[in-house]
Amino acid sequence: MITFDRVSKRYAEGHEALSEVSVDIRQDEMVFLTGHSGAGKSTLLRLIMLIERPSRGQVIVDGLNLAKVGERGIPRHRRNIGVVFQNHQLLFDRSVFDNVALPLVIGGYEHREIGRRVRAALDKVGLLTKERALPVTLSGGEQQRVGIARAVVARPRILLADEPTGNLDPVLSAEIMQLFEAFSQVGVTVLIASHDLALISRLRHRILTLRNGRLVGAGS
Amino acid sequence: MSAAEGKPRRDGASARRTRLRHLLQGWLAHHRLSAADSLARVLDHPFASALTWLVIGIALALPAALTVALDNARALSDRWDSPAQLSLFLGGSVGGEEAQALQDTLQQRPDIEQVVFVSRDDALAEFSALSGFADVLDTLERNPLPDVLLVTPVPGSDALAPLYEQLKDDPRVAEVVLDMAWLERLNTLMQLSRRVVLALGSVLVAGVVLILGNTIRLAIESRREEIVVIKLVGGSNAFVRRPFLYTGLWYGVGGGVFAALLVASALWFLGGPVTRLAELYQSNFRLGGLGIMGSLNLVLIGGVLGLAGAWLAVTRHLRLIAPR
Repeated sequence: MITFDRVSKRYAEGHEALSEVSVDIRQDEMVFLTGHSGAGKSTLLRLIMLIERPSRGQVIVDGLNLAKVGERGIPRHRRNIGVVFQNHQLLFDRSVFDNVALPLVIGGYEHREIGRRVRAALDKVGLLTKERALPVTLSGGEQQRVGIARAVVARPRILLADEPTGNLDPVLSAEIMQLFEAFSQVGVTVLIASHDLALISRLRHRILTLRNGRLVGAGS
Repeated sequence: MSAAEGKPRRDGASARRTRLRHLLQGWLAHHRLSAADSLARVLDHPFASALTWLVIGIALALPAALTVALDNARALSDRWDSPAQLSLFLGGSVGGEEAQALQDTLQQRPDIEQVVFVSRDDALAEFSALSGFADVLDTLERNPLPDVLLVTPVPGSDALAPLYEQLKDDPRVAEVVLDMAWLERLNTLMQLSRRVVLALGSVLVAGVVLILGNTIRLAIESRREEIVVIKLVGGSNAFVRRPFLYTGLWYGVGGGVFAALLVASALWFLGGPVTRLAELYQSNFRLGGLGIMGSLNLVLIGGVLGLAGAWLAVTRHLRLIAPR
């Protein structure tokens, strides 16, 4: 589903964030990506989302060689990927419902369909009663679940998460991870960047470890 | 439509059509949403928005008001339906009978509507009455004024110039004065005024576009984070652009409405005195206004300028805002 073929990313200032990374993630997999901050986790996710482009090598997502996706094709590519951000990236002047509905509005879904899907997604993350609330009135864990609902509402085939449990206590973190596992079980490819080794090693999934931009031990 | 939806569709072409229809509906829905949302945002800050409207309104009202003034001036000048008149000043040796004969001959011509004879004595009497120089004129030993024939050609005839040439060569006529020079001057002045209005209008229109561009730039800056989020979850440039274009449209349309109101109130303010002045000149002239169509045009122009300004700002600034 996601293939990196000898991918390197060197930033303009000379720092090499990724070196010769090759990895293959299958469709039904849930994979953790770990390593110290600055090891290249975020860069790897950003390459998949086409926020960055690789200096060398190829990234292939869902059979699509990203080198062939032009500037104008980026929005369409991103619509096929659900992303959960560490800092949530919610719109704080919009209700929970409007935040979750955003990808569907962008995708041009019909009004009734939007309502149906948003409520289904909010139900899945346990926030159905908060659809009229503003994000600021929610706790950190709830905000993160709004972010997850938004990431899955358009039923993407790939779900990326960058430190989704970064600011959460262990109980909430475990709940969030259970949510991701649930999506993985219905066939969504899940890739989670996290440095919470204690948490992710308890879960039985493949762990990719990055060290100074290189992949070490594609294990477990 | 609902009947068609009731039946399940299986073949690919109609499925594609359904998909296309959904896309179109989604697109229209987002236009509606953007338009309503942008309007709500504009109305959320009534004072700031009213100021923007007023600035645009004043900038649009100025050229519009000048155009209205010029239209009125032209309407006024068109009312002098016999603008061209020839004054034939007869030679001093031409006697009253000879003058009478000339008047009769001219009166026969098909291209002349009317010939009025003003004798030198009548002219002097009229001049002394109107000028207030009666005392001075009384001291004159003899009447310095010549006999005059006022020749009015048939309206609309082009024979004025040939007529002028013919009459000029008549031995009985000392001088022919074509009373058209002032009309030409007026027309030239009007043309010049039109150019000035056009130039002024262009500058102000450019000003409006820049003002709106700047207003939209500020709106973009204040929603920078939102734009980043939308781009992150796959919003296209067109999607991001749409609400800002509507914001520009609302500012422009509001400015156009303000401009129409300003022009209308200026005309209302001036209408009474102008009518009274016209009455003093025995004229039933009334100030003409923008009219419904003119006002709508002004609103339309405002809207187009708003879109143009927003487009300018959006194309310049949106590209710079990308997820980091």
